[in-house]
Amino acid sequence: MSGRPITEDDLHAYVDEVLDPVRRREVVVYLENHPDVAQRVQGYIGQRATLGSALAPVVEEPVPPELNLARMIEARGRSRLTWWRVAAAAVLLVGIGGAGGWSLHGVFRPVPQGIAALAQEAADSYEVYAPDRARPVEIRASDRSELVDWASHRLTRRVAIPDLATSGYRFMGGRLVATSHGPAVLFMYDDDRGTRLVMLTRLMAVDQNTPMSPDSRGSVTGFTWAAKGVGYSLVGRVSPEILHRIADDVRRQVEESA
Amino acid sequence: LPPRARLSRRLERGAADDGFVSIRAVNDMLRLVEPLIPALRRYARALMRDRAAADDLVQDCLERAISRWHQRRLDGDARSWMFSILHNLAINRLRQRARRGPHVAIEDVDDAALARPPSQEVGLRHRDILQALGGLAEEQRCVLLLVSVERLSYAETARVLGIPVGTVMSRLARAREKLLRAMQGDEGKAALERPHLRRVK
Repeated sequence: MSGRPITEDDLHAYVDEVLDPVRRREVVVYLENHPDVAQRVQGYIGQRATLGSALAPVVEEPVPPELNLARMIEARGRSRLTWWRVAAAAVLLVGIGGAGGWSLHGVFRPVPQGIAALAQEAADSYEVYAPDRARPVEIRASDRSELVDWASHRLTRRVAIPDLATSGYRFMGGRLVATSHGPAVLFMYDDDRGTRLVMLTRLMAVDQNTPMSPDSRGSVTGFTWAAKGVGYSLVGRVSPEILHRIADDVRRQVEESA
Repeated sequence: LPPRARLSRRLERGAADDGFVSIRAVNDMLRLVEPLIPALRRYARALMRDRAAADDLVQDCLERAISRWHQRRLDGDARSWMFSILHNLAINRLRQRARRGPHVAIEDVDDAALARPPSQEVGLRHRDILQALGGLAEEQRCVLLLVSVERLSYAETARVLGIPVGTVMSRLARAREKLLRAMQGDEGKAALERPHLRRVK
């Protein structure tokens, strides 16, 4: 026993079950000896329980859509983005170009330039070639030296094929792709479960050195960047987190091979 | 696409660059705030006693939390912070309501919005206690709800209300005593009004 007198605060702390065990025992003893106080405290305990159960149905209700936090954060972000998009589009229109991967649809629909254009071309190539079961690539992995020679010749740059084996993707082969910015080389990879990745590479007139920027169209994700006048865009139907990691790996391999 | 997935995709696409929120901030918000929403609705409902008005308030509270997330003290816990935002909004709203005159008396508010229909003994008790709660002074009602229903500690309650812990304790004591007396009064009254239901007990 602490010998401290029982206070009104102790009684409430007892009701709210926040007393330490020693003090709690002292309160229990006190209440045994003071039935009038015990009755009042019992009333508080009952009141607390009734109040809790009276309001309990509210927390059981499904949260209404207007209180969807993710949607609220998103909506807020979107309203903030509006001036950005307009500004970015204006920059494109005066011909400076390269608003860095922003999807501008719905604003002015300018012809994409720089890595935004490359990202679009990569996504389009992915949509056309990745689902192809008969002939997804023109030159297979077994003829990789032929592919490298051809691609390097057309791009006028030495092209290296990134190895994505550590990420679980096997090199399938590649082909040449026509873009409105000249020839591009497509490399295709797949894992053993039929998920395919496409990497598109071409020379860049605009955005010759640009940090990696994410991009997505529907469920297709892409990461696009440029270094030393060559642009790279990696596209696939995989989560942005995973693709980002693979894209970092590709970028590192490209830097090392240069 | 569900909002959560759409949001994470949009963030990956570069929303973090617009200086408004980092991916981490969004993840923190979803992790810390989203689970609190049912309890915030409960506190708002108990104060406003009107479903639509209460959810309006919670919506304002969430908007404010999103826009002020960066001002949140990192060592402070999200629950006290959210409840203090909600509480301040609720008090302002209640004062506006009071200034606009007695547009609706507290007893007339649809109690069905709060609890199950008062067709059973337990439903009647719920209705009675919520009515008695409505009869408390606002400052007592808030303390009682935060402590008894939301189970905030006395220190958290003091933080939410911006008052000393001693004041929390004295308001709590007064609230409990007054509610007890009101309920006992109601028991007598109710026994006269609903003898056939009382006998079921």
